[in-house]
Amino acid sequence: MRLGDALRKLNEYPFASIAWVDDDGFPLGAAADFEVDAANGRVLLRRPAGEALAVPADREVSLIAGHIRPQPGIGYDERRYVELWGRVLSDGDRFVFTPQRAWGWDEAEMPFFEYSERTTPQARRYFEELTDEQGRPMRPRLALGWLLLRATRLPFLSATFVPVLLGIAIAARDDAFNPLTALLTVIAAAAVHLGLNVANDVFDDLLGADPLNVNPTPYSGGSRVIQYGLLSRRQMAAMSAFLYVLAGAIGLGLVVYTRSLELLTIGIVGIALSVAYTAPPLKLVYRGLGEIDVALGFGPVMLLGAYVVQTGHVSLAALVASLPVAILVALILYVNEIPDRSADAAAGKRTLVVRLSSAAVIRVYLAAALGAFVLIVAGVAAGLLPLPTLLALVALPLAFRVYRGLETFYTSPYGLMSVMATNIRLHLVVGGLLLAGYMVAIAAAAAGLRLLG
Amino acid sequence: MGWLPAPVAELLDAALVADLTVVGRDGGPVTHPLIPLYDGERIYMTSSVLFSRKLEYIKRDPRVAVAITDPTALTHPLPGRATIQGTAAIVEDDPHSTWERVLPLWRAKEPVIDRFLGQRFALPLFFERAIIAITPLRCLYWADGDTSRAPSESRPEAAEAA
Repeated sequence: MRLGDALRKLNEYPFASIAWVDDDGFPLGAAADFEVDAANGRVLLRRPAGEALAVPADREVSLIAGHIRPQPGIGYDERRYVELWGRVLSDGDRFVFTPQRAWGWDEAEMPFFEYSERTTPQARRYFEELTDEQGRPMRPRLALGWLLLRATRLPFLSATFVPVLLGIAIAARDDAFNPLTALLTVIAAAAVHLGLNVANDVFDDLLGADPLNVNPTPYSGGSRVIQYGLLSRRQMAAMSAFLYVLAGAIGLGLVVYTRSLELLTIGIVGIALSVAYTAPPLKLVYRGLGEIDVALGFGPVMLLGAYVVQTGHVSLAALVASLPVAILVALILYVNEIPDRSADAAAGKRTLVVRLSSAAVIRVYLAAALGAFVLIVAGVAAGLLPLPTLLALVALPLAFRVYRGLETFYTSPYGLMSVMATNIRLHLVVGGLLLAGYMVAIAAAAAGLRLLG
Repeated sequence: MGWLPAPVAELLDAALVADLTVVGRDGGPVTHPLIPLYDGERIYMTSSVLFSRKLEYIKRDPRVAVAITDPTALTHPLPGRATIQGTAAIVEDDPHSTWERVLPLWRAKEPVIDRFLGQRFALPLFFERAIIAITPLRCLYWADGDTSRAPSESRPEAAEAA
């Protein structure tokens, strides 16, 4: 911290404490009234009374001022402090303190989460030294369930459930439904998705994007398990490989069962898109193609794959139904890249958000989100989507809420958290309403209501 | 039991933050604002591994001072101020869970900590912590908080003799 800034901050506190190391080698200190003389880069301090508190002029002393706001029944907030180091000269009943260096933290300026991320390397060093001192491996831990949830980013599975369940529902409307193969489809698709999440962390660690990111949120910046030392890169790579092998094995079983070349093709394309997302040499997300990769993978590939498992063939109606889902899932990635953009740019991860201006990013968001709703209306108008899928239009205000949130919080990673959550909810709600639309259509058809069915 | 004067013990119980000053790498003072926890004998503070430099310093030189100086950072108003010198020991045999020994004392001052602890997966490194256990050796106390007047001084042997 610059001394001028430190003195300006110090001046905002009502009192400070002076501390030094006494002749016995113990730190000692006391509160002291002070007056900042910013023009001369010094602080005038009232001398603490008593022989025990003879502030030495022959060694470095520190001056610290801090503030918290007590919150009864909770704890406290508004944490901030500033500490300056220098020498004192006696001046009658006062000291003149001339600072040479300073340090401080104000959670209003640097949120605690960012502060913690910036000190993560220190925590890694601590565990390395503790391992040496104790002669046994020491590392941070999490309960296995929480660790797996965090490492795989399990809550993001909604991005998989939406297209897969929709594909199964569309097949059911076409009179094809096998609960066992439907369940296996969900498991295989989830395994590919989790494998992708874990592989993404491995490559983002390897290529430097995640270690450089000091503003991760629950929605962006990766799972952080490698950076925190909870799992090694090798362990994560093994977990990713296991998930891909599991998905591949189930997928092959479904291909054999359905004898569908279309399913084999979709499966191969899906795994290729998943691997190519961050893995070299393609690493599509590093080239601004991540959104297209995700749109294809979590839109047509998953939805058509689930549909083909049930029916044995592809359909134009299923493809059209996948398009709004594809756009909205790509927009999840797109918005979640916004707080990561500085670290991504530094690591050479040239995402769309890195490539575009902030105004363009926001405009593209609105256009794409509205495009998803236009596709639903067009699909219904063309007779490819059933009339009840228009229920999805109910979610339109969420798109505008995200748009306004982006305008307000674009430069605030932590302010963006609620915007990212709303954007994820937009995908989930539209997907859920499309699914509900198909269920209504199936029920209506069963009841003989042709217009709705 | 402890020997600290009763008003100082009361101040320790009420303080939401205290200045822990340790001897830095170059021999000068380095101060860290931390929550003081007092069990009637020792003063405990905890440090996340994220902010572990103070632990390095204490391992190199265990001499420390704890100063309670902010009259507004208390659970209830008290007029006094105190500085306690002592020696610190680091308890870090298992940073994942050993610190939970002092959780009841911590909870009493910062009840919201239980909510954060319930979301431990979100802040995993924050809850990897070491305990700093401080044995008081000398206490300076300003009954009215005015440090322009000389403090009363007490030490354990004097307290025991009394």
